[in-house]
Amino acid sequence: MLISIGHVTRYTYGLPASCSVHTLRLTPPSFEGQKVLSWRVEMPEIAGAVQYRDAFGNVSHLVSIPRSYDEISIIARGVVETKDKSGLVRGLMEAAPVRIFLRETPKTAPDSNIRALVADVAQADPIDRMHDLMRLVGERVEYAVGTTTASTSAAEALRVGRGVCQDHAHVFISAARLMGFPARYVSGYFLTGDVLGSEAQHAWAEVYINGLGWLGFDPANQICPTESYIRLGCGLDSLSAAPITGNRTGGGNENLDVFVEVQQQSSAQQQ
Amino acid sequence: MYGSGEGVRPPYHAVAEWLGTQALGDLRQKLADAETMFRRTGITFAVYGSEDTSERLIPFDIIPRIISAAEWRKLAAGIEQRVRALNAFMFDIYHRQEIIRAGKVPEELIVSNSAFVPEMMGVSVPLGIYSHIIGIDIVRTGESDFFVLEDNTRTPSGVSYMLENRETMMHMFPDLFARNRVAPVENYPENLLKTLESVAPTGLKGEPTIALLTPGQFNSAYYEHSFLADQMGVELVEGRDLAVIDGYLQMKTTQGPRRIDVLYRRIDDDFLDPLVFRSDSVLGVPGLFDLYRAGRVTIVNAPGGGIADDKAIYSYIPKIIKFYTGRAPILQNVPTYNCRKADDLKYVLEHLPELVVKEVHGSGGYGMLVGPTASSSEIEAFRAKLTANPSNYIAQPTLALSTSPTMVETGVAPRHLDLRPFVLVGDEVRMTAGGLTRVAMRAGSLVVNSSQGGGTKDTWVLQD
Repeated sequence: MLISIGHVTRYTYGLPASCSVHTLRLTPPSFEGQKVLSWRVEMPEIAGAVQYRDAFGNVSHLVSIPRSYDEISIIARGVVETKDKSGLVRGLMEAAPVRIFLRETPKTAPDSNIRALVADVAQADPIDRMHDLMRLVGERVEYAVGTTTASTSAAEALRVGRGVCQDHAHVFISAARLMGFPARYVSGYFLTGDVLGSEAQHAWAEVYINGLGWLGFDPANQICPTESYIRLGCGLDSLSAAPITGNRTGGGNENLDVFVEVQQQSSAQQQ
Repeated sequence: MYGSGEGVRPPYHAVAEWLGTQALGDLRQKLADAETMFRRTGITFAVYGSEDTSERLIPFDIIPRIISAAEWRKLAAGIEQRVRALNAFMFDIYHRQEIIRAGKVPEELIVSNSAFVPEMMGVSVPLGIYSHIIGIDIVRTGESDFFVLEDNTRTPSGVSYMLENRETMMHMFPDLFARNRVAPVENYPENLLKTLESVAPTGLKGEPTIALLTPGQFNSAYYEHSFLADQMGVELVEGRDLAVIDGYLQMKTTQGPRRIDVLYRRIDDDFLDPLVFRSDSVLGVPGLFDLYRAGRVTIVNAPGGGIADDKAIYSYIPKIIKFYTGRAPILQNVPTYNCRKADDLKYVLEHLPELVVKEVHGSGGYGMLVGPTASSSEIEAFRAKLTANPSNYIAQPTLALSTSPTMVETGVAPRHLDLRPFVLVGDEVRMTAGGLTRVAMRAGSLVVNSSQGGGTKDTWVLQD
């Protein structure tokens, strides 16, 4: 499937901001189920960006803006060709040994609720156990916008029983690691069918299964990623996989607007 | 000073003879003079958690600690082997992790260790060196028995005391130095500078610009930071003086930004970069870690080096040395019980009054139990902490540390001591003969940490 993506992140500030530094993990990789046909990241000073691959293999840009400004837009856009691989992720340049993804982070540290969740997972072969875990996470964390924030941890999300895709992924990852499966957080885009909306910016999880490799699970949608998924980057949790992080001096109140447009293209449009 | 046999050990002959000719009153006067000198230079030290938070002097003892040339040669060979192996270990842990695959070090001890920094995976550091400045704590228990107590691979401090102690001694007792051939220590800042220059970013043209990053004047080691920067002739900076500009680390100066190529940081990993580590840190520089990863600046010591001096890893160091050098360790480890292991925990709980128990991530002598000198209520309190979280502790037998004559209230008396040689690792391994001798000032005490009232001595390595 040919998918075009336009992702605009706009920060506006109450007071002039200056000396900002931004880390962008906004460049999707090519692998067996995903071929990046064209891609551009635009923002002020991007020409002078430092480009590197981070610990988890993500192509990253470090951009610094030494002057002052009161608005900034970061735009990522391009065309990606996807194939349904039933969630299997193969042919990706892997940077870190698999077992690194067993590491707990503050956002994915298990508590008694997550331990209880793990105890309820059916005894079966690894793939079926992960499917059962995905089902349980979907049941126990209702999709609801506004209950949780970007800083909510897996344990907190499960306790309140509500959250968004980030929370579903964190709970799933925390439980999978507790069960001894290396698991990682994946950021990306999702072709929802809607024309506009930030829901198209998505997050899910990948689990490493011996003998098979990395397999994606999307507890928010209760499926393994299909050709409607565009994989951007991964990390230990939402912090280390965050598409954009930054730091600035001044700026007062920050206002953040995100527009994501994910559309299917016919091959004719693609030329 | 005395061995197991009769009389004074040979390296101490000249000093013992000199001591015998000194009146106690004169020595006391010299000690008072030395303290005045230290106050004047401003070498003070802040102790965390003490009620009196004002700075105080670390007690200085005017009787030197003496090591023979032959003893030092053995120590130096062992130290060099150790620092090379530790750096090879760090490189491996942050790349392919062959030592885990080989089954020599348990995986969970690395991956789940808070001292392991996953963000360091795959970083190519100049010359493959992670820990450029290492302070190895060594104790002596017999004529030829030296043990390594700890490898300080993060940001070891105390080197300024080594330098100032020597300067003070030379000033006060020039005749002693005339009679003994003592290896110099004053080349340390020059060697440090050479080491820092040798690990400049790969491909850098011209001389690297070096800066020393300090948390600021309220840090207990601020004196040392300013002293070393001054001695090396490099900039002393704080996080707020630095910024990522145009793809490089730049120092803000009145003449505009100036690029920094090598950053000798004396702040902890957690505070280096709020974008990657603690987001509330104001001591570091946003974007610094990404620049480092991209090879635009060298951070000395590398972040994540704590994995090599972690107390839970310590007991694996002999295996680590064997794995990377193919040889048996020259310097021995102290036998260590990992309380995370059930058998070890059982033994430790049964033998608490004989053992020294330490927190895995502790340092500075805080939060430790010295069984033989602890009261029974202290032992019981520690037993409760240990049982609640066994994997947080290791235990070691109480060692009969060597002693050296030391000026105390009642005159000259033996006090226990250790030795922290400072080792520099870059294009070559550079070592200053001797190091910092720390001495427990209380009779019988085995705790030499300055935060626990320990003092220091000048350390002499005699030349053949």
